[in-house]
Amino acid sequence: MLRHIAGRVGQAIVATFGVLTMVFFVMRLSGDPTLLLVPEGATAEQIAALRHQLGFDRPLVVQYGAYLADLARLDLGESLVQRAPVAGIVGERIPYTMALAAGSLVVALGIGIPAGIAMAVWRGSVLERALAAFVLTGQSLPTFWSGILLILLFGVNLGWLPTSGADSLGSLVMPSVALGALTMSTFARMTRIAVLDELSRDYVAAARARGLSLAAAVGRHVLRNAAIPVVTVTALEVGNLLAGAVIVETVFAWPGIGQLAIQSIAARDFLVVQTVVLFVSVVYVGTNLLADLAYAAIDPRIRMGA
Amino acid sequence: MSGRITPGVALLLALLAAFVVAAVAAPILAPFDPLRQSLLLRLRPPGTTLAAGTFLLGTDDLGRDLLSRVLYGARASLAVAALSVSVSLLVGTLLGLLAGWFRGWPAILIMRLVDTMLSIPAILLAVLTVAVLGPGFLNLVLVLGLTRWPRYTRVAYAQTLQVANLPYIRAAEMAGSSALRILLRHVLPNIAGPLMVVATTEFGLMILFEAGLSFLGLGIQPPFPSWGSIMSAGRQYVARAWWLTVFPGACLFVLVLCVNLFGDWLRDRVDPRSQSR
Repeated sequence: MLRHIAGRVGQAIVATFGVLTMVFFVMRLSGDPTLLLVPEGATAEQIAALRHQLGFDRPLVVQYGAYLADLARLDLGESLVQRAPVAGIVGERIPYTMALAAGSLVVALGIGIPAGIAMAVWRGSVLERALAAFVLTGQSLPTFWSGILLILLFGVNLGWLPTSGADSLGSLVMPSVALGALTMSTFARMTRIAVLDELSRDYVAAARARGLSLAAAVGRHVLRNAAIPVVTVTALEVGNLLAGAVIVETVFAWPGIGQLAIQSIAARDFLVVQTVVLFVSVVYVGTNLLADLAYAAIDPRIRMGA
Repeated sequence: MSGRITPGVALLLALLAAFVVAAVAAPILAPFDPLRQSLLLRLRPPGTTLAAGTFLLGTDDLGRDLLSRVLYGARASLAVAALSVSVSLLVGTLLGLLAGWFRGWPAILIMRLVDTMLSIPAILLAVLTVAVLGPGFLNLVLVLGLTRWPRYTRVAYAQTLQVANLPYIRAAEMAGSSALRILLRHVLPNIAGPLMVVATTEFGLMILFEAGLSFLGLGIQPPFPSWGSIMSAGRQYVARAWWLTVFPGACLFVLVLCVNLFGDWLRDRVDPRSQSR
């Protein structure tokens, strides 16, 4: 068990390190990162002075070392556009994105898991086909389109929900549905496969032979075992939800880190964009690690085996 | 869905073909120049008939014919998806073949890079890279192509490992074939099926990415039409001109749905075991 944990933590560290490195080099793809950081309308002397001040005139290896050292001290730098520490700029938007991700997860789990169970239990029925079509739709809907359609229907035509912003809890409903649709489909498909896998096992036949109804067998035994893969997918999906927030937040003018990233690109405030990417990637790696560890904790076969 | 060509599959292929025809023949099919603006024709609803002609899907905020723009938008969508999938398929397969064949440190190096690439959410990596490099067709293709290869590498690697020990490969090796020849002539044809399944899924995803990035203003640049950028402009007029977001979005949805269904069908054909799932 300890070895398994150590191995997975090691992998996560390597992945984090890799992410930091990749972001560093992407930021330097443009040739001169100084140009990405100066406010518009800066003179050549100001740019040269800033290049020296930020150390971009040093060898790349030295810059890379300094970048890692700064990150190790959790020094994310200062936005030269907003003249404020980047950590604060991004930090104040994080709760909004977290609320959106949580809302989407509620939508995805609340609809996806019952749909997946129903599809497995009533296999081959009309209900299964209808649910399969529903799931496929959720999987193919572009979030920005479903978002706009929701705005059109519930915001503009019916006037039930606010079309944009984050003024009330009602503002959270439409973005959560738009963002959660894809994850809902993933949960439904995963749950269906997991429940089908379990239903084909001998213990289910044994339970049924003992006179347990199908509903009781599913409720008491199958769901508990089928939950294992679903737990893993939940953790994986958190990262996807945070990433998908970039588009959904733009559609709904939701003031999270996704909208911030896009606004910062327009404002040429690349340190903020870099920080958002780093934050989401680190959360992504972290939740994957947690998923793996939870997986091992729930399922002794993984703990003992490879 | 079974692996046979049923009426449903035929319909699917016909729909996909229709999108390809629309994209290729856009200059012939489009009733108007997709870039021609006319301030007198702003935001006309679908079916408006004027002296200039009939605007079947209406006009946009600059008075351009929406049908023509949607047809040309299919070009952007399919071209970006096809090219970026080709780039990542090529890069990913090559790296996977090499890792699976040589194993040892090349495999460790390549597969660690794969793990790292996969731990950055793809859309964010694309957003950051396009933001730094600047938007545009070529950058979009390169960014999507060069960030999406790891999935192919994973599949190619696992498949190559399996195939590499089969007797006929060993026989080819002993007969003196070079590694490159064995990989291309004997290993690649055997692992092509699963790779095509991944490529189909990725194709649908790349269509969504192109539209999403263009929606964010990071993809195809105005005035050139892309479904994403048309919707982005239409977003501001959603209360007055629903057609600007509904039509391009519907095309996008149907195309991605068809690609996903085609991918499911292909998976069943390539791997009959998956049918039971």
